[in-house]
Amino acid sequence: MRHGKYPFVIGFLFAPVALYVTFVIWPYAQAFQISMTNWRGLSAPQWVGFDNYRRLLDDGAFWKAVQHHGVLLLALPLITIAIALFFAFLLNVGGKSSGGQRQGVWGAKFYRVVFFFPQVLAVAIIAVLFQMVYRPNESGLINGVLMKFGIEPVLFLIKPNLALWSIIAVLVWQAVGFYVVLFSAGMASIPGEIYEAAEMDGATKVTLFFRVTLPLLWDTLQVAWVYLGIAAFDAFAIVAVLSVDGGGPDGATTVLAMEIYRNAFVYSKYGYASAMGVALFFLTLTFAALTLRLTKRESVEY
Amino acid sequence: MSITPEHPAALDRRTVLRRAAAVGMLATPAIGLLGACATSGSDGDNEQVAGGTKSEKNPLGVKEDAAIEVVIFNGGYGEKYATDVHEPLYKKAFPKAEVKHQATQAVSTVLQPRFASGNPPEFVNNSGEKLMDFGALVADGQLQDLTELWDAPSVDDPSKKVRDTVVPGTIEAGSFNGKPFVLYYVSTVFGIWYSGKLFKDNGWAPAKDWNEFMALLTNIKAKGITPYGYAGANAAYYQWNVILTHAAKIGGTDVLKNIDNLEDGAWKQDAVKQAAAAWAEVGAKFSDKSFEGLKHTDVQLRQNQYKVAMYPSGDWLEGEQKKDTPAGFDYQLMPVPSLSASDKLPATALRATAGEGYFVSAKSKNPKGGLEYMRQMLSKEGAKGFTEVVKAPTVVTAGSEGFAFPPGVASSQAALKAAGQDVFNLYFDGWYKELDTEARTATNELMFGRINADAFVERIQKRADAIKKDSSVTKFKR
Repeated sequence: MRHGKYPFVIGFLFAPVALYVTFVIWPYAQAFQISMTNWRGLSAPQWVGFDNYRRLLDDGAFWKAVQHHGVLLLALPLITIAIALFFAFLLNVGGKSSGGQRQGVWGAKFYRVVFFFPQVLAVAIIAVLFQMVYRPNESGLINGVLMKFGIEPVLFLIKPNLALWSIIAVLVWQAVGFYVVLFSAGMASIPGEIYEAAEMDGATKVTLFFRVTLPLLWDTLQVAWVYLGIAAFDAFAIVAVLSVDGGGPDGATTVLAMEIYRNAFVYSKYGYASAMGVALFFLTLTFAALTLRLTKRESVEY
Repeated sequence: MSITPEHPAALDRRTVLRRAAAVGMLATPAIGLLGACATSGSDGDNEQVAGGTKSEKNPLGVKEDAAIEVVIFNGGYGEKYATDVHEPLYKKAFPKAEVKHQATQAVSTVLQPRFASGNPPEFVNNSGEKLMDFGALVADGQLQDLTELWDAPSVDDPSKKVRDTVVPGTIEAGSFNGKPFVLYYVSTVFGIWYSGKLFKDNGWAPAKDWNEFMALLTNIKAKGITPYGYAGANAAYYQWNVILTHAAKIGGTDVLKNIDNLEDGAWKQDAVKQAAAAWAEVGAKFSDKSFEGLKHTDVQLRQNQYKVAMYPSGDWLEGEQKKDTPAGFDYQLMPVPSLSASDKLPATALRATAGEGYFVSAKSKNPKGGLEYMRQMLSKEGAKGFTEVVKAPTVVTAGSEGFAFPPGVASSQAALKAAGQDVFNLYFDGWYKELDTEARTATNELMFGRINADAFVERIQKRADAIKKDSSVTKFKR
């Protein structure tokens, strides 16, 4: 079968590679090119060199967005993974053991479906839903209840120091379900004998979690961290639909994609927006490379 | 089988996951896809049709059988006025011509690629949240100069030029550096709206000066109704409009001219500062903090429920709220009250303009047809038909004659009449979108009590200075 191997392989690869180059690689390359121009979306662009990048340096909105990505990058993976791990542990090994088989808490199957619900909803729908939840007056889901009890309404999306956290809460709410499933799958592949052995040695549930589950899940955790980190560089849809005044109040919730959108499609500054896009590209790349390097460690084989 | 990996174990779960992560990493910054737009900006590959013979019926010399494509923003005014009134008028004048109709709610999404590829439609209603930047279009030579249209004889009376059949200021509103490019078709009056019924039931009267206004606000507040409010989430410009209108009344119309022309220190003029300080007080004492998180439709609905007494807007408000307005609500307009006796303009002065922009694409196949379509729109029949369908007055003076407007528009038309010559307008938001964005943000900061008037003018001035220095932004003067 050696004969004709390469034509065969190339024949199969040609279509997908061509599509990938046309629709992914080429636009990327073009973004680099456009970022060096003052293109306004209509006529042929003019070359301006690194002007757009120099401009980025003293663009307050840009740095604000970068700062928010910093917060998101720490908060989103930490909170999401912590909650998802906790739930996954409860759903898989948190309950009693019957016949030497670890079980989840009572009703685990039901909860697993419920936790996955947000993942099924489109992001835009989630944002619109949370508009209702966070609404600052008596028709809001949370504030309606609070006001019934005579408590002052909480201005979730309006208070500058609360707004970003309100957005993060939505992102976490949306992401947790998926990671519960991911971690559950990881936990399911951990052999039951290890738990059994540990339990016989008198390990508590807490010890089980930290000494057995966590180390054996390391690979999955690492992937989750990278995914969530990348999600932290996005967050556009939620911010665009949910936040006040498009990333407001006064840029308190803005993210890079929001600024890119504004510059490109509101101000028609496609060149400048592309420069931001390139900056975002490198930020994401750096983050992913760093994470993969820092979390590199021997995983336990079983 | 040579295609299987030699060491199957090499493809363990760990590598698979890691590879999956790498793929995700590459695929995410989808923003890079921005570049997918074509940058060629090809021009000239679109052959324009030859002109037809000029005649009394066809003063612009349109080719009788050339097709014309009409794109309408399907928003507050719908598309019915185009399909039922204007397009049939064009068909009637040129029976051999095909009129292609398209309606959209996202103008730029639909049209940006067509402009970029050099194949734009003849006639465009550029409006709505996703309108294309007029300034950028003008700077790029995409818009047809409308001088020929304004100088053409009107449909109804060939001895009268089209420019003499419209409300004064219409042509200026659509001019860039003195050249007319955009037809603003709908007459728009701005002010503060209240329910005639609510005011009558409580014995309140609209305020003319600031003392009256303060007393009115206090009375309304005592009644347990939020006296004044606008929607911070997406309509902060309704409020900067009030502040700047007020500034123009205090310091004269040159205040706005300076702002539009990006003069040094234009935003720091005393009149702007005074107006901002006055309205900051209204925001602090007589509004509701939660409005910052509401959309314009939310606050407008609350007004219809008699929970908010006064709301700033243009006279499209009544039509927009038609479905939610209770019977007998009776929309009424009150001009922004004057601040003191030393104001340069009288209390009746107000901001009015022509709104809802239409243009003809210079690089389309049949620009003359687009101009002719506009001429038909500006005929008495076209204007009357529009007013009958959408219940809004057009800039065509003869078009509104004898039409019984609903109470709100009737009151704004009366206010416009009372204002006489003291009618002004401003343009910076259309010319410099960035400045508009900054003014909106700053207005929310001011009205919801996070900054004072000094900081308000300071930060907008800073942005105006930056735009002035930015060589990539085309500048406009009036």
